[in-house]
Amino acid sequence: MKKSISILVLSLSILFFHNHSISAEKVDLLKTDWTFKGLFGKYDRASLQRGYQVYTEVCAACHSMQYLSYRNLAEPGGPEFTEEQAKAIAASFEVLDGPNSDGEMFMRPAKLSDKFVKPYENVEASKAANGGAYPPDMSVLAKARKGGADYIYSLLLGYEDPPAGIKLDDGVYFNKYMYGNKIKMSAPLSDGLVEYNDGTEASEEQMAKDITTFLMWSAEPHLETRHKTGFRVIVYLIILSVLVYLTMKKIWSRVETKV
Amino acid sequence: MSDSHYTPKSKVGKWFNDRLPLLTLANHLTDYPTPKNLNYWWTFGGILTFCLITQIVTGLVLAMHYIADTKLAFASVEHIMRDVNYGWLIRYVHANGASMFFLAVYIHIFRSLFYGSYKSPREIIWILGIIIYLLMMAAAFMGYVLPWGQMSYWGATVITNLFSAIPLIGEGITTWLWGGYSVDNPTLTRFYALHYLIPFLILGLVVLHIWALHVPGNNNPVGIEIKKPSNDTVPFHPYIVIKDAFALLLFLIVFAFFVFYTPNILGHADNYIEANPLVTPAHIVPEWYLLPFYAILRSVPDKLMGVIAMFSAILILAALPWLDTSKIRSAVFRPLYKQFYWILVIDVLILGYVGAMPAEGLYLLVARIATAYYFAHFLIILPVLGFTEKTNPIPLSISEPVLAGSAMATRAVNDDKVEINLKSLG
Repeated sequence: MKKSISILVLSLSILFFHNHSISAEKVDLLKTDWTFKGLFGKYDRASLQRGYQVYTEVCAACHSMQYLSYRNLAEPGGPEFTEEQAKAIAASFEVLDGPNSDGEMFMRPAKLSDKFVKPYENVEASKAANGGAYPPDMSVLAKARKGGADYIYSLLLGYEDPPAGIKLDDGVYFNKYMYGNKIKMSAPLSDGLVEYNDGTEASEEQMAKDITTFLMWSAEPHLETRHKTGFRVIVYLIILSVLVYLTMKKIWSRVETKV
Repeated sequence: MSDSHYTPKSKVGKWFNDRLPLLTLANHLTDYPTPKNLNYWWTFGGILTFCLITQIVTGLVLAMHYIADTKLAFASVEHIMRDVNYGWLIRYVHANGASMFFLAVYIHIFRSLFYGSYKSPREIIWILGIIIYLLMMAAAFMGYVLPWGQMSYWGATVITNLFSAIPLIGEGITTWLWGGYSVDNPTLTRFYALHYLIPFLILGLVVLHIWALHVPGNNNPVGIEIKKPSNDTVPFHPYIVIKDAFALLLFLIVFAFFVFYTPNILGHADNYIEANPLVTPAHIVPEWYLLPFYAILRSVPDKLMGVIAMFSAILILAALPWLDTSKIRSAVFRPLYKQFYWILVIDVLILGYVGAMPAEGLYLLVARIATAYYFAHFLIILPVLGFTEKTNPIPLSISEPVLAGSAMATRAVNDDKVEINLKSLG
């Protein structure tokens, strides 16, 4: 029996690791020191705030974040802007509201409860403006790509000149990490593109890291609570199992069978 | 039930029990004589009951916030993940709960295969179990469609299209299933209704499954019939209850690890992209627990034959009590069967693996060999093995060691078993 179990465990682990190795798909993704990984992983607040700045100054020109509201920016576990800051951010955008009592639609400054303003009215408009390619909504992007945060980080830094022999059409770029290596988004980042409010040097790597952290948060806004709760739940379960184990031993000591 | 002699102590209890014997039932469940040598593989029945209830409770809460509409489904799931209090927890428990449910059911099924629990007189328990398993697959498949991601949509398209392989009426059936000419809003709403219904059907079948179990009582690792109650048995409460509780807690630790630390590892990234009928994902892969059957489906070149092979792979299990001709239940006393059992386990794991790979080249060849072996195990190896295998001597009771000499044989309760014992002694 023991032998059979070890065979089973072995074959399962081979299966698992093999799966793992193919999921990386030949090209190894770039790695960086994410603060949100691991049992106690948390977001780097400053990085999230910088990431928001990159989003709003660079990505938001084409990419929507339809599931995020301005209030999320001030919520615990996120960038944690103060409520005043979040209100100011919201107020800098105009949203369509109405109809008013005259039956007219009107524009007003956004409030905390409003969703992020989209760059395009609809998917067709975004395609028309981007050579037929639809810039995906970025709310859950970090979970919607194999490799997650590492993949997005790599992609942002993965622009290269195409190898000899590969011809690219106009408006198509070569990216080492993109599926099929062809991408319709031009390299979005370059050194010093953004002037960070907190004085951090805006190198390409720094911006890639910040925006990826921001996207990870927008995909998993409750990650910090999840990690914290998870640790407590597992510790609780372990303690309870020990107690139940001892109780079980005591009860079964009345019978001469081992448990 | 053998405990009709039970009478409640209090007058009120007796009055009530004479009209509705719930107390007799409770007494039966606590006193239920259980073999004292049940190992931890037997704790998965209780774990499965827990899984079912967890899915029903979390599913109920999700249903309060989910919207079954192709334009709103994906957004409503994001609403649950972001804005509903602990919605992320409820949804991750439900999504990972499905995987844990299948993990437990596979262990439960393979435990039954190892210890011959499907054999007489437990065939009905086994068949009810197979029906539950089929319903679980249907529920899981439809549940995976509800978030209306890319894998939801394309998975639904692939699976429902299987029915179009049926000659003459196939196309009609597919259109009927879809409620239109492709997977669309009518498909989503009916899948939602069925996804809500099926767990309660499963619950009803689980009651029957347990009821049928309580007629002959549990099989045990030695696989022999035992006298109940006797010094081979312990009352269900507290002995089995506490052991099941301990095993459940260990299971929950694994469960919690998935939910809190890797909640999306068992899912597919593409399902976080909203369904788009115009864009087909590069690889359409079902959830891990359906992969072995997906591999069988794809290993047959003909579509109709593939569908037949896939369904046969499950239905053949229902015939297992009659395909296995050996009178010895437990693999412990069947040296040859034990080896074939582990080969089958590895075969199914291989099928699961190639099911996740593209159906081409070496993968396809391996899938074909593994599929052929799967059927050979049930249709050739098991029937033949029952006649040719030289089994080891089985003990007369759990408490006594393996039969040493013929003198002990006279103490046997069941003549049939003695005959086998003597035969196996040569």
